[in-house]
Amino acid sequence: MAEATLPSTRALDPEATAARRRYVAGRVLVYGVLSVFALLYAIPLLVVVFNSFRDLPEIAHNGLINFPHSFSWDAWGQAWSSYCVGGGCNGIRQNFINSVELTIPATIISTAIGALNGYVLSKWKFPGSEIVFTCMLLGVFMPGQVALMPWAFILGKLHLSNSIAGLILIHCVQGISFTTLFCRNFYVNIPDDLIKAARIDGAGFWRIFWRIILPLSPPILIVTVIWQFTGIWNEFLYGVIFTSGSQQPITAALVALGTGGVNVRVYNVSSAAVLIGALPPLLVYFLGGKYFVRGLTQGAIK
Amino acid sequence: MASLSVHNLYKNFGLVEVLKGIDLEARQGEFIALVGPSGCGKSTLLAMIAGLETVTTGEIWIGDRMVNSVPPKDRDIAMVFQSYALYPTMTVKQNMLFGMEARGVPKPQQEEAIRRVANLLQIEMLLKRKPGQLSGGQRQRVAMGRALVRDPQLFLFDEPLSNLDAKLRVEMRTEIKKLHNRVGKTTIYVTHDQVEAMTLASRIAVMHQGQVQQFDEPQAVYDRPANMFVAGFMGSPSMNFIPAQLVEDGGTTAVTVRAAAGGTAKLALHNGAGSRAAGKDVILGVRPEHLFRYHSDLKAQKPGLATLSAPVELVEPTGAETMAVMRVGDIEIVGRFDPDGAPRMGENITLGVDMAHACLFEPTTQRLI
Repeated sequence: MAEATLPSTRALDPEATAARRRYVAGRVLVYGVLSVFALLYAIPLLVVVFNSFRDLPEIAHNGLINFPHSFSWDAWGQAWSSYCVGGGCNGIRQNFINSVELTIPATIISTAIGALNGYVLSKWKFPGSEIVFTCMLLGVFMPGQVALMPWAFILGKLHLSNSIAGLILIHCVQGISFTTLFCRNFYVNIPDDLIKAARIDGAGFWRIFWRIILPLSPPILIVTVIWQFTGIWNEFLYGVIFTSGSQQPITAALVALGTGGVNVRVYNVSSAAVLIGALPPLLVYFLGGKYFVRGLTQGAIK
Repeated sequence: MASLSVHNLYKNFGLVEVLKGIDLEARQGEFIALVGPSGCGKSTLLAMIAGLETVTTGEIWIGDRMVNSVPPKDRDIAMVFQSYALYPTMTVKQNMLFGMEARGVPKPQQEEAIRRVANLLQIEMLLKRKPGQLSGGQRQRVAMGRALVRDPQLFLFDEPLSNLDAKLRVEMRTEIKKLHNRVGKTTIYVTHDQVEAMTLASRIAVMHQGQVQQFDEPQAVYDRPANMFVAGFMGSPSMNFIPAQLVEDGGTTAVTVRAAAGGTAKLALHNGAGSRAAGKDVILGVRPEHLFRYHSDLKAQKPGLATLSAPVELVEPTGAETMAVMRVGDIEIVGRFDPDGAPRMGENITLGVDMAHACLFEPTTQRLI
């Protein structure tokens, strides 16, 4: 008898229903506020996306911030291959290619060096290795502007001014602090016994690296690659200072496009170009973001 | 020819002296246990034998070769780690192959070695699994397998059983002993567990504060401990140490101890014929199993029996035997009794002390007299 009536009494319990109502109201408030802020945050991106598909006259007529009343891919095509930037009228294609040719090698090289550094600084410590590591860490906190003059000097000496190779060199060196930090902190958590066992097994420095350390590394390598890729792709200062014209990476070219000397502002082409420039890092995030978060928190929670 | 010998070995980490003149020798096929409390230097010694730590001064010989500056891979050793140190990304088989690949052993020989060891340790069905998919006992087995495939001259074990639960530890202990009997390789085995050392070793080196306190066969270490540290470390519960004084007693020597009621009790030494200085302070060491409830029949069985009465302060039954804490003078002693006829709390028991097995120690040097 008592069991049978239990559900109905519970449903009618005034305190329980009140609590339930408060809970729902709370949720609505939370999600409402979150939605408003999400929208605010998304508006600039939406404006750019909309404008990239609008005709220029339509933008002029309806204003920059508005829903599209026309739709065309023209701006994307122009931005990619025919719009006049700086000297030539080949769009930003060459600059995009420059950025790819710059970012991929620089990412791979700096990650590889970082992994090797991390391996040495965690598993083959030598007298003074902690000092070396501390010095490398300083690079993490050093603003890029500080290094502008030295780099100008070095690139000049090496005859690498205004070249992709010069930028690759800069990003490899500048990136090593981060990649070394990431990898070293990850490798420190790999038990030393593994290395000892491998040494007794007859493996040397490189065999241990290839066969034991690297197979354990994907979580941290993904973090490092994403970090380096987005950092180098989005980097602007070195690109705009040390290269010009057809050698410029896309970030520098986008600025040139905005200040092209033409009086008419081509909002739709600019928007499309910005989006083209933003796509690769976004893509990398979508593909690897899950691992990125996981990798960064590894060791912190375990 | 000795399989391993260590001469006058020292190790410093900065200003800290970890090993202070270690001498050790393992004959061919011997099972040597290095036992001692945490921080006694036993693991450091093993790491130095393996070549994972450098030698400060002294010599390490493996076979007829001085190996002080020989890298670990060229010492012809294999090691089993406390953490097992299995390569996590490789399968069991790859783990076992790793060492042979690094040494360039020909493929057919590799396969043959894997088959032999997998069969020996009965891990054939685990070969394709990764270490993460194995239980503690299986990992332990694989770690031993990895050491065995290489057929080295010397096996090193670094506390291999301390990560296992109590039941499995006893099982694996037996397996290691069987394995050693079958394989017959010289083995150096580090442990902090004196029972492991006693059961496995052909000789035990008891270490404390960077020195070998005693290096002898297990029973000798147990029966005639070289000093109070060894006496207290080997055996559980520990040996009882009772302050006493040597006295002359009608041609034989005895010791007097302070009894419970403030008086003294006199215990005749079993082989105490003369020659010892009367009046000298000593420490009497008696193992818990050498204390009995006294009755007249016992005297006939145990010729060295002396009696002592003591109040029982605490009784701890463990099932197979019952431990009793009793008071002698101002110290507590522990006795190990058969559950039938064990002392009861509050009882004033008359103890038979088997003086034939008792040890006497010099109070200042703590050495066996």
